[in-house]
Amino acid sequence: MASHYEAPIRKPLVTGDKSYHDVTIDVAAPVEGVANRQWWIVFGIALTAFLWGVGCIIYTISTGIGTWGLNKTVGWAWDITNFVWWVGIGHAGTLISAVLLLFRQKWRMAINRSAEAMTIFSVIQAGLFPIIHMGRPWLAYWVLPIPNSFGSLWVNFNSPLLWDVFAISTYLSVSLVFWWTGLLPDFAMLRDRAVRPFQKKIYALLSFGWSGRAKDWQRFEEVSLVLAGLATPLVLSVHTIVSFDFATSVIPGWHTTIFPPYFVAGAIFSGFAMVNTLLIIMRKVSHLEDYITVQHIELMNIVIMITGSIVGVAYITELFIAWYSGVEYEQYAFLNRATGPYWWAYWAMMSCNVFSPQFMWFKKLRTSIMFSFIISIVVNIGMWFERFVIIVTSLHRDYLPSSWTMFSPTFVDIGIFIGTIGFFFVLFLLYARTFPVIAQAEVKTILKSSGEKYKKLRDGNE
Amino acid sequence: MAANKTYWKNAEQLKENSPMVDQLEQKEFADYVPVNEFLEDKEALEDSSTSRRDFLKYVGFSTAAASLAACEGPVIKSVPYVVQPEQIRPGVANYYATAIADGFDFGSILIKTREGRPIKVENNPDAPVLGGANARVHASVLSMYDTQRLQGPKGNGADISWEDLHLQVGAKLNALAATNKEVILLTQTFASPTTTKLIADFTAKYPNVKHVAFDTVAYADAVDAFEEAYGVRALADYDFSKAGAIVSVGADFLGDWQGGGFDSGYSKTRVPSKDHGKATMSKHFQFEANMTLSGAAADHRVPATPSAQKNILAHLYGAITGTTVSGSLSQAHQEKVDAAVAALKAAGEKAVVVSGIQDKGAQALVLAINNALGSVVMDANSPRLTRQENGGEVKPVIDAVIAGTLGGLITVGINPAYSLPEGEAFAEGIKKLDLSVAFSMKEDETAAAAQYIAATPHYLESWGDYEFKAGHYALAQPTIRPLFDTLQFQDALLKWTGSEATYYETIKANWAENILGESSWNTVLHDGFFSVANATQNEYNATDLSAAVASLASAQTEGLELVLYTKTGMGDGQQANNPWLQEFPDPITRVTWDNYLTVAASDAAALGLKNVNVANGALNGSYAKVTVGEKTLTLPVVIQPGQAKGSVGLALGYGERKGLQDEMNVGVNAFAFYNNANTVQAATVSLANGFHEFACTQLHNTLMGRGDIVKETTLEVFNTKDKSYWNAIPLVSKNHMEQEVTSPEVDMWQAFDRSIGHHFNLSIDLNACTGCGACVIACHAENNVPVVGKEEVRKSRDMHWLRIDRYYSSDETFEGDLETKENIAGLGDSLTTFGRMEQASENPQVTFQPVMCQHCNHAPCETVCPVAASSHGRQGQNHMAYNRCVGTRYCANNCPYKVRRFNWFLYNKNDEFDYHMNNDLGRMVLNPDVVVRSRGVMEKCSMCIQKTQKTILDAKLDGREIKDGEFQTACSAACSNGAMTFGDINDKESKVSELKENERMYHLLEHVGTKPNVMYQTKVRNV
Repeated sequence: MASHYEAPIRKPLVTGDKSYHDVTIDVAAPVEGVANRQWWIVFGIALTAFLWGVGCIIYTISTGIGTWGLNKTVGWAWDITNFVWWVGIGHAGTLISAVLLLFRQKWRMAINRSAEAMTIFSVIQAGLFPIIHMGRPWLAYWVLPIPNSFGSLWVNFNSPLLWDVFAISTYLSVSLVFWWTGLLPDFAMLRDRAVRPFQKKIYALLSFGWSGRAKDWQRFEEVSLVLAGLATPLVLSVHTIVSFDFATSVIPGWHTTIFPPYFVAGAIFSGFAMVNTLLIIMRKVSHLEDYITVQHIELMNIVIMITGSIVGVAYITELFIAWYSGVEYEQYAFLNRATGPYWWAYWAMMSCNVFSPQFMWFKKLRTSIMFSFIISIVVNIGMWFERFVIIVTSLHRDYLPSSWTMFSPTFVDIGIFIGTIGFFFVLFLLYARTFPVIAQAEVKTILKSSGEKYKKLRDGNE
Repeated sequence: MAANKTYWKNAEQLKENSPMVDQLEQKEFADYVPVNEFLEDKEALEDSSTSRRDFLKYVGFSTAAASLAACEGPVIKSVPYVVQPEQIRPGVANYYATAIADGFDFGSILIKTREGRPIKVENNPDAPVLGGANARVHASVLSMYDTQRLQGPKGNGADISWEDLHLQVGAKLNALAATNKEVILLTQTFASPTTTKLIADFTAKYPNVKHVAFDTVAYADAVDAFEEAYGVRALADYDFSKAGAIVSVGADFLGDWQGGGFDSGYSKTRVPSKDHGKATMSKHFQFEANMTLSGAAADHRVPATPSAQKNILAHLYGAITGTTVSGSLSQAHQEKVDAAVAALKAAGEKAVVVSGIQDKGAQALVLAINNALGSVVMDANSPRLTRQENGGEVKPVIDAVIAGTLGGLITVGINPAYSLPEGEAFAEGIKKLDLSVAFSMKEDETAAAAQYIAATPHYLESWGDYEFKAGHYALAQPTIRPLFDTLQFQDALLKWTGSEATYYETIKANWAENILGESSWNTVLHDGFFSVANATQNEYNATDLSAAVASLASAQTEGLELVLYTKTGMGDGQQANNPWLQEFPDPITRVTWDNYLTVAASDAAALGLKNVNVANGALNGSYAKVTVGEKTLTLPVVIQPGQAKGSVGLALGYGERKGLQDEMNVGVNAFAFYNNANTVQAATVSLANGFHEFACTQLHNTLMGRGDIVKETTLEVFNTKDKSYWNAIPLVSKNHMEQEVTSPEVDMWQAFDRSIGHHFNLSIDLNACTGCGACVIACHAENNVPVVGKEEVRKSRDMHWLRIDRYYSSDETFEGDLETKENIAGLGDSLTTFGRMEQASENPQVTFQPVMCQHCNHAPCETVCPVAASSHGRQGQNHMAYNRCVGTRYCANNCPYKVRRFNWFLYNKNDEFDYHMNNDLGRMVLNPDVVVRSRGVMEKCSMCIQKTQKTILDAKLDGREIKDGEFQTACSAACSNGAMTFGDINDKESKVSELKENERMYHLLEHVGTKPNVMYQTKVRNV
């Protein structure tokens, strides 16, 4: 079979002599097995954080945004920082599943399911913030262009916040559909293996009656391709639009044309880092080392290194343009960013985002699982600071020095952020125990070409 | 008999044997009602669709409906008028002219009432004297709706009736008169002709009663000096609108010096206008210790300690009168004195010297200098009568009260137990007296110590007549029926002297007899003021001043000199329970809810005193132990640029005391240091433990060399150079062509058609603005701006729609700042230089800039709101639809001027914010034309759209065109200095149109391209 041929020089994507049945067993194991102690401990911590966050949100909504640390000059801080951070994290999923699908990068098959799950869960976190940061969140539906009885009131199509509403909701729905489509054959597999009627019933529902006919497979392939085509522009558009929140404003430090590509690169950067964080743990816990190999991690590290460098170039370009513009307000905004009262946030961002990924130039480091894990966390800390730096240090000292002030978070600010991290992990942990975490149907399609067992057979070098 | 009556039912009864009459008599219903058929037809009944179930449903529904209807809805108590007063129409405001005379603030004002409630104080622009209300007077309307007010008279701690009070006090007075024990009537300065008469009648009836005037903040030395020179106990008045050169030695005449109210005249000479090609304006030298409004406005401000001020005044006198003065000044002072003398001489009769030095000799010198100059600014013929304390009279009274040797004490409108340094002993002394009566609005320290508290009404509930300065009278009338069971002091006096007349009748009779002449009482009551041509000429009696000169010239002090002052917002502290005033930022320090020790930077460094900003930006200050004589207070420190080295400042009127809500018990009572009623005291200062948390509305003090925010130039440049040199419009490059940012070429927006209807603009003249803050309070009152309290202000969440930014120069001058910034070379230099520019100079130039919503024609806030809650009006306003706002705060972030204010919490009817909006009484001050905002919405200046719309509708009803000047905002109406001009620029004849074309006009942050409808007039300094 010619299509199964893959050059011997390419390392197998599935290691450990896996047969088709082995793949099925390995993927179904976490779902069919029982949760261990560690899972319960981590889940307990995540749930506590989540509930704490819910408490903080209830406190905010019932008492007022004044429970946060914001003031007349700094009207956004942790809320929108968290929003942009979570949206950014949500970027990797679509990139992996759609863009890499179009580019026929087969290595994506081991990670796309979890990457997309991560996307959806983090977009849910992101979507929380634009709602709860409102002074009157019970009127949040007013940002939707729905016919109403308020007279001729309509939304303001000039507002980037409105574009956000469309961008995020489109992204969430397309990602969800794409993810679910890929899940159908795998749910069907679980359904077919299920012994308990309840489980069988649930997975039957989830798999939308997948029967495995050739027609099913043909449609599946077509839909996947179409959705990949639809989702690819979204990878670029979502964060571009998020960046418009700042780029279309008049505040020095926000009013920057470089923001769209800079934000997209940053989003992919943080998204891949988060995928690394999650999968390095999951491959160990769910015994998926043969599917998510060091090669996968290495490839993701390379993406992190490249996007980190793009982000670094963007930071330096901003500084250069501020100087080159000759506008004193721009110049001061960037001077203040790097050396003002929030210098520590700027340099935290710089060292986490620009310096730390440069270690990935060394093969030894980028193939080290422990090191990759540490860097993946460092990168996401850095990306959080990037948004904080952009939002808070631009606002706290803008045009009129009389209004200059500082921002300091309250326990509610912190609580809500921790709460969303908790919520994210609650969702992800539940997912890891109930969903097929690897797109096994897809992996099986490359088993013959890229599986270690078949490669060895074919290449005859036993 | 009644049974035999026949009643007519209809005309048919006239006909005999009419079948209808028969029928009606026999039957109840004219037509046949088939009751039996209906009930007996079982089949039909059973076929009917109304089953038993349905019946139960109906019953259930009706019961539920009935019980729902019976539930109590919200009960809003509103009592309709039984007889509708002729002039009170719902929704239409009535204005009454009245006057305030609380012993500290005096002035003619207008009161706006709605549905019978006074809701706002307005200037009385027609009044010839004191017609401009300051911030405190603007806020005084809220003091009427104060929950801490006494609601009725008290005797020995219990509520009593007025009859009992009159009986008991009368009996005691008679007893004391019989034994001829002395009773002192210790009152505020009334400046009231009729009250003076009543007191005379009272003391005639009780010869043992002596009237003594007591001013909380006294000017006894100046009054004494004036009496010696002119033979009248009064204060010289000054009309600064005639001034060409002003030299002030320690007199904050733009503040509260000698009663204040001089600023509107001053501002008139500060606006340069090119009438004959060359513009002129007055030149102002200020020698002072604390940084004051006058120092901030001065062309040359020279820091000088109080003793140095004395030397300076002596030398000034010497230079002008040609007398030799012993001693010498420091070089810096001598140079400035020489320059000041030169300016005074150049100005001729338009020159004036004023001084705040509390010394009879110094005040005599000032009168002599002004006489030597032939100053037309000083008015000695019609002097001010608003401060009447005689230091020599008050001191023995205090001693006698403390010693308990008096028979009785009646206090009126004052609180000496709080405002005397020996206040506690004074209160103890009162308790020992045979009779003590306190006429007071509050149960304050003095009232609490007295046997009887006579609850007085607020001035807006009272009658009154005043003579602010000789020949200039004012009338006060009640604008609401007294809210509580109160009685004016004058009415009580009438009772006690056995008169049946009311105070109102007495005033009217007195005026008819002695004041009005041919004029009509009703006209004067309508106008609120009355002036008579003053024929008296007060002759100046020159006395030998050599002793005074010698003593002033040799004055010197060891150690630090403490200068007590009154704050623009708090005055003498009688309105301390007024949340508007507590939250009013001090114009200089911009600190709210506090008083503090102001210290020069170098002194602070030597003493180890610090100011630091914490993580959220808020200001913290070290505590300092300040000792004056025997007393020591621990005070928080504000490092004050411009404070004369060797001096420290402290505001009176604060501190914990009775009759205040807990929230208002802020600061420290500095009257403890007010020994001998002298504002200058020798003090020792040392560092104390801990830091004080300030609530400061401006945390960054310098302009950072951003000369396009507050544009300024010098009179010389203004006169000699082209506008493009000193007020250039910023340029932007389009296709490599430089274009002005205001050009439509570089505009990406399509402009609205502005030619139809009104287009409102507001012009703010930085030369005329003295930073007094009357506009801030007026805006508060007009627009129901909430008070948020100290903690929230500290979090930078003040709600002021209109703020007055105050900038210090980092260099000696703002011009120097620009140079410093221009000369920055390279990255390293910019790092250090900008860091240095964050610190104000030790003696900086100061500038004020009122900033409210700029109502941009290209508003950044409007494009970013997702729900279009912020949108543009036809008349140029940037609207804020509170009801539509969902509270994303994007608009506030994108506002280059940072004027938008967010409702972080619910600020009304919320116990967490227990200010006037949390009680029924306080809410009476709310303006019914402006909505009270709820939590979670953005708010900001609306350009008083409720006022402009009212003007438009009134003109429409009258069928006339609107005259220029009819359109006003609360701030422009409150500004008596002419710094704010509001109007319609589509009216090409209007003043604001003229100002828009003025050379000095610029827009704030013009380069951003927002095209604001608020404009500023470049500040010109006469250096």
